[in-house]
Amino acid sequence: MATATTHPDPTIVEFDVRTDEMLVNMGPQHPSTHGVLRLVLRTDGEIISEVTPHLGYLHRCAEKIGENVTPIQFIPYTDRMDYLAGMNMNLAYSMAVEKLCAMKVPEKAQVIRVIIAEMNRIASHLLGMGAYGLDLGTFSPFLYAFREREMILDLFEEVCGARLTYSYITIGGAHDDLPDGWCDRCQKFLDYLYPRIPEYHALLTTNHIFVQRTANLGIMTKEQALSYGCTGPVLRGSLDRSKGDVAWDLRKIEPYSGYENYNFKAIVPPFDPPFDKLPPGAVLGDAWHRFTVRMLEVVEAIEITKQALTKYRQLKADGDKVLADHEAKKASLSADEKKKADAAVAEQMKSKYSHRIEPPRHLPAGEAYMETEAPRGQMGFYIVGRFTKDPVPLRVRARSSCFCNLSVTSEVCAGCLIADIPAIVGSMDFVMGEVDR
Amino acid sequence: MPKLKAEEIIAAVEEKFGGRVKSKKLDAIDPFFVIEPGDLIEVCTFLRDDSRLRFEMLNSISGVDYFEPDPKKAPKAGFEPHTEVVYHLSSITHHHRAVFKLILPRWKDNKPGELPDVPSVSSLWKTANWHEREVFDLSGINFVGHPDLTRILLSDDWVGHPLRKDYEFPLEYHGIRGR
Repeated sequence: MATATTHPDPTIVEFDVRTDEMLVNMGPQHPSTHGVLRLVLRTDGEIISEVTPHLGYLHRCAEKIGENVTPIQFIPYTDRMDYLAGMNMNLAYSMAVEKLCAMKVPEKAQVIRVIIAEMNRIASHLLGMGAYGLDLGTFSPFLYAFREREMILDLFEEVCGARLTYSYITIGGAHDDLPDGWCDRCQKFLDYLYPRIPEYHALLTTNHIFVQRTANLGIMTKEQALSYGCTGPVLRGSLDRSKGDVAWDLRKIEPYSGYENYNFKAIVPPFDPPFDKLPPGAVLGDAWHRFTVRMLEVVEAIEITKQALTKYRQLKADGDKVLADHEAKKASLSADEKKKADAAVAEQMKSKYSHRIEPPRHLPAGEAYMETEAPRGQMGFYIVGRFTKDPVPLRVRARSSCFCNLSVTSEVCAGCLIADIPAIVGSMDFVMGEVDR
Repeated sequence: MPKLKAEEIIAAVEEKFGGRVKSKKLDAIDPFFVIEPGDLIEVCTFLRDDSRLRFEMLNSISGVDYFEPDPKKAPKAGFEPHTEVVYHLSSITHHHRAVFKLILPRWKDNKPGELPDVPSVSSLWKTANWHEREVFDLSGINFVGHPDLTRILLSDDWVGHPLRKDYEFPLEYHGIRGR
């Protein structure tokens, strides 16, 4: 209620606005909470004093299911964790099982995995960009992002028949080889996408309205990010290369699946030109930085995919040659020699040129923890095998990147305006399927 | 500063705490060591603050229930019934990782339903806040000193801890039939 108070100057009437603290429920059906997240805001007028996230609306007992099914049967459940980056989830789980079983994945399978995982990273970041635009009230980037993402989904559909829940990358490699001509279509898509990146930067990254909404907002320090276990673009947006912070990207730090053989940069501020000059108001660790890290990662993902496609073509040609040579030689060999040559070629295929090797029937006793760099951060799986000969693990634990990235919101959002909540929460770019598992 | 191998990290902890490191397993895929719950805070502070180790990030806390509900299979299971809490740490400064465990009885004082106690590390790493809530919620470990130990993924009135191996699925929840 406003009550007029007297001021020494009679021409000025001051209003003392008395406000009460109020609890406001945001979600779980709010469109800008990216799924079923419920935030309870304690507000004083427009200013937020406390944010309490409530989770669990999408909890599907993935970990409990994991200890009742075999690893191969669990792959489809991992798709449904981060459903925008299903391939990366498949990869994380497969690699954890492979670590436990001490399997060595053939080189061609590793290259396929890199191609697919990076394509999914592009799709995921594009959707993140589009949805972030929606949160901030601009509709067109969303449509552009979906146009591009649709093409990636078409490519994935060719590969595995699914458009969202792929289950393509599996234990021991990938489910199938890439279809004929797929590489050319993928290359064509990358050549199409690359020149369009500046358009996105013009639409969002350097757009004055967008910068006004995101710069100097939701600032997270490096110490906060580390203490809360934030990873991925959310952490990298708070690091500073010029102060000697290491580019914390698992693909660089602990390379897996042959990432050490690719030439790419981990994106950490300060950015390379043309983004070396920050827009007005932008400070390290704000929503703008997190967004821009993601956008620049798309370019790196395109680079990696291109290199991986070249590698794949080479490996496929080499593998075909080995087979053809073997076929040609076979006729002139005696039965005994033929047997030996067959075994040698089979061994060569298994170690290098095949897209998948057979996983062992039973999980060994022991435990393994494996983390990979998914689009939203470090996705880790912890698998404990049974001591009895059993195909079913004793325990499957999913360490979700978004779970940690989300826990920081209550600290980052304190003191901001209600209208800024979608801008901060959107810049964390989480998927509730992964948070709740 | 150099990256330490898992053996060297365990050696550094042993050098500091001596016999308080209960056991270690160096031939595991991720070598780990075991400590008592009472030493947890001290060991964690050392792991986080020692200049050789600097584990700034707590990646994950997992509860693992070693129990075979089928009495026929239990003698062959290969383990005595117990519960473990596993901590995975990583260091941004030195790029190394560490794993350690607490081995607890399944129930405090062997009274079914009484959750075993573990001190909370949420004052050292803020990640622990939600991770401990999750482990409490699903695996049934009581974290002493946690600021707000409530269920996080399941609803507040849920009964039981589903990742316990002897958990019984409810037949009905607020009028929703389970089976």
